[in-house]
Amino acid sequence: MTALLLTLLAPVAGAIVLALLRSLALAGWVNLAVSATSLAGAAWLAWSVALTGKVAGLGFRVDAFNVYLVVLTAFVGLTTAIFSRPYMRHVCAQGLTTEAGMRVYHAMYQAFMFTMLLALTTDNLGVLWVAVEGATLATVLLVSLYRTPEAVEAAWKYFILCGVGIALALFGTVLTYFAAQHVVADPAAGLTWSALYRQAGGLEPVVMSLAFVFLLVGYGTKVGLVPMHQWLPDAHSEGPTPMSAVLSGLLLNVALYAVVRLKMLVDGSLAGTPNPHLAGYLLMGFGLISFLVAGLFLHRQRDIKRMFSYSSIEHMGLMTFAFGLGGPLATFGALLHMLVHSLTKSAIFITAGHAAHIAGTQSIDRIRGLIRTQPAVGWSLLLGVAAIAGFPPFGVFTSEFLLLTATMKTQPWLTPVLLSGLAVAFAGLFRHLHPMVYGSAPEGQAPVQANMVPIAVHLGLVLWLGLAIPGYLAHWLDRATELITGSHLL
Amino acid sequence: MTAAPWGAALLQALLYAALAPLLVGWVCKVKALLQNRRGAPVLQPYRDLYKLLVKEARVAHTASPLFRAAPYIVFVATWLAAATVPLVAVDLPTAAIADIIALVGLLALARFFLALAAMDVGTAFGGMGASREMLISALAEPAMLMAVFTLAMTAHSTNLASVIDHQLAGGIVLRPSFLFALGGLVLVAVAETGRIPVDNPATHLELTMIHEAMLLEYSGRHLALMEWAAQIKLLLYGALISNIFFPWGIGRSFAPAGLALGLAAVMLKLLMLGAALAVAETVLAKMRLFRAPAFLNLALLLALLGLLSHVILEVGT
Amino acid sequence: MSLTPLPLLQQLVLVLAAIVLLTSFVLLAQARLVSAIHVFAWQGALVAAVTTLVAAAGASPHLYFSALLTLVLKALLIPWMLHRLARRLELDRHVETLRWPTLVIMAAVALVIFSYWLVLPMVQERLAFTRNIVAVSLAVVLIGLLMMVFRQQAVAQVLGFMSMENGLFLAAVSATAGMPLVVELGVAFDVLVAMVLFGVFFFQIRESIESLDVDRLNRLKETAEEGE
Repeated sequence: MTALLLTLLAPVAGAIVLALLRSLALAGWVNLAVSATSLAGAAWLAWSVALTGKVAGLGFRVDAFNVYLVVLTAFVGLTTAIFSRPYMRHVCAQGLTTEAGMRVYHAMYQAFMFTMLLALTTDNLGVLWVAVEGATLATVLLVSLYRTPEAVEAAWKYFILCGVGIALALFGTVLTYFAAQHVVADPAAGLTWSALYRQAGGLEPVVMSLAFVFLLVGYGTKVGLVPMHQWLPDAHSEGPTPMSAVLSGLLLNVALYAVVRLKMLVDGSLAGTPNPHLAGYLLMGFGLISFLVAGLFLHRQRDIKRMFSYSSIEHMGLMTFAFGLGGPLATFGALLHMLVHSLTKSAIFITAGHAAHIAGTQSIDRIRGLIRTQPAVGWSLLLGVAAIAGFPPFGVFTSEFLLLTATMKTQPWLTPVLLSGLAVAFAGLFRHLHPMVYGSAPEGQAPVQANMVPIAVHLGLVLWLGLAIPGYLAHWLDRATELITGSHLL
Repeated sequence: MTAAPWGAALLQALLYAALAPLLVGWVCKVKALLQNRRGAPVLQPYRDLYKLLVKEARVAHTASPLFRAAPYIVFVATWLAAATVPLVAVDLPTAAIADIIALVGLLALARFFLALAAMDVGTAFGGMGASREMLISALAEPAMLMAVFTLAMTAHSTNLASVIDHQLAGGIVLRPSFLFALGGLVLVAVAETGRIPVDNPATHLELTMIHEAMLLEYSGRHLALMEWAAQIKLLLYGALISNIFFPWGIGRSFAPAGLALGLAAVMLKLLMLGAALAVAETVLAKMRLFRAPAFLNLALLLALLGLLSHVILEVGT
Repeated sequence: MSLTPLPLLQQLVLVLAAIVLLTSFVLLAQARLVSAIHVFAWQGALVAAVTTLVAAAGASPHLYFSALLTLVLKALLIPWMLHRLARRLELDRHVETLRWPTLVIMAAVALVIFSYWLVLPMVQERLAFTRNIVAVSLAVVLIGLLMMVFRQQAVAQVLGFMSMENGLFLAAVSATAGMPLVVELGVAFDVLVAMVLFGVFFFQIRESIESLDVDRLNRLKETAEEGE
């Protein structure tokens, strides 16, 4: 319990302190320190969950499913904070944003961390909604930080589209509460996930199906499922690079986590009906469409960060498809994918930030010869893209392989669809990557000061997970799989 | 078929013809008072009608027999329509034809001949008035029918007497559908009777005339009949609104006491309705003709919402 | 169920809910911005009234607090903030007509019918008198969505968003006699913060494109040529 409180309250305190702190130099270090504290709390929490199986109380619930997401969130938050400290000082020095803007940035960064951690650890579906909405609100001002017309437009689109989506998710939550009224005696506990999960069989199937549709459309907007994805490429490309890294790496995961938690309830409710896999089919449908559409759109992109955001949509679609497929194999693969995608994508965005910095632009056509100008950046970009495209021995290959195996077992006719989608995405990524990394560098392109440590750590972790998943992590994921699907993989 | 009900029915028809100018006079009086004038006496419309009836009727030499016949047709159709709307008592023998759709049809008949005769003479004003009137009524009729259907769905019949009986039987019930239907019907009534904000009944400016433009060529007894018909139409809509939505006090039997009570009740309601109309006419300005469709679309929307709220809110499945 | 057996209080709730639906139609088509803000304030007041009456009819005391919260937030605070913004942004006399008013209103009516159909199998014998209001509240949510799609002015889009929140609150009240207090407070807080952020945003938008016509925010497109 103390670990949980430490993990959650550190960002809150940090946000308040950073809102008041005037010195920019100190703010970067405070941000870092707070993120480190949060990570320490998360690690301690993971240890407690490993020992006792579940930490619950005060309206929170940390079990095998969300504890590794909590650790992941805190970890990527820390590494991005490490990256962001010198990067944002440089951005401020360049005049892209003001001192006041920097205070907003740091305060909102920690507020954003808090809302994500709250969403991951709460047991109350209403508080989950409030936290996800809070995460949107915390990042909206950050997307428009640079105040260019494009940034303001991206932030407005983000605000409106996600606001609308979240409102629909609230309707779904109300419907869930409505269904719960007849099952859970105490009205105050009607939104508690644990209580609902125990009584899932008694929830009215018609109501739950309707509720799930609204919840899927609502939270799915935040996951970036097609056709509700319109805000994602803009928001992830126009904000500052650290924001792109955490938005792509972490927020999408949190939204998907919400969807899967609710799917668990709906599956329990629909278990006896003639149509028990409705939730799964919906997830598969949306996931598959997102995967294919994003892969195709990848080819048309001219902006490096937009291209990688479409890659995020594609991978989230793949994960949604995997969760929809169900069964221990696919679910294990999806959980692993959430982990490695998060690490890889944030590393890629950080590298893309450096690349844009070197070339002075985010336009793919004008970034050239990275490997000649600054080999570290060039190589990281190359390895990052290789990782995200699913090359062995990186971790993404393992999770995608598990997913393809599961598809072949349950829906074999979808395997060629998935394979072709993966191929299309791979082609798109490399087609754009090749001239960026290997082209002839333009005159006067000079290396920049770039902190490669976060990138190296992330890519190293992904490589390690691809080569040999440590026993405790595999066991951890297996327990999560058992929680979600009811059966073990290992 | 006893004498009393038919006598009451005849009495009601005569009352319509007799009371219509009084209502118009009342509205004008209230408007004048609101404008800080003394205004004409309340009985002035009677004097105007008498003056017109004794004068010679001049007819344009381009007019066809239709032009001479139209005032009579219009007057009779309007009076017949009015006679079916329960004014002082509900269960009259005429209630059998008091179907709302028949009512709308009779009013449409009157309007048709009015417009046709206006175009008959060949003047520009007549044609203009006729086309404007057709525009307004083409949009008002669907709204009226929609409001009427909303009422009919609750009472399970389009017969006016059944609707009023149903209302009386239920006691004081707040229905959203009736509220919306009332709003829609009020707007339609304003449009159909040619009051501000749709049409100014006292104007003769080319820009603003609709009903008056169609009457420009008439004189003498023809004009008297046309004016009287317009007054009966106003009384008709007033009686419709007050007796359907606030039916309390209407006579259920044919005893003289019941009829007298019904008369007193309806006169009280019409008094208040007339005053409300006068206030609205004073407060609002006449709309541009091209904004009349928006006004009537609002009426249609209200009536449609009434129908929807009846289905959604009032009917369990 | 027919209407007459219900006590007067509950009939009044139905009438108020129907008027809330009317206000969302009016909000959709209202051309004058300041009038639209007033209509939104009335909608908030009506929702608060419905909540109070449901609380009185069902004797759930915490709904009184929610009603007060809604009244203060949706009928007073947020309209005041919007009004102040409109004045600072010089939008006082701004008039913006819908491009296809008839089609949009017809679409709104279709949405009402659609939401009724959607909710119908769910609420058949389940609830007390409030069940049919769930259809109305979903309709208000969807009409708010329609408003956000078809209005080009940024402040009008925000009104659509807030109107969606009104519909959601009405849904919570009518379907479930209000959500747990902690959730309601959280939602209210989120709405307030969203409003503050919208205010900040209007200035940013106006600075960048010199107007608040959101249709002009169109630089980021899939088919864009050389962007940033």
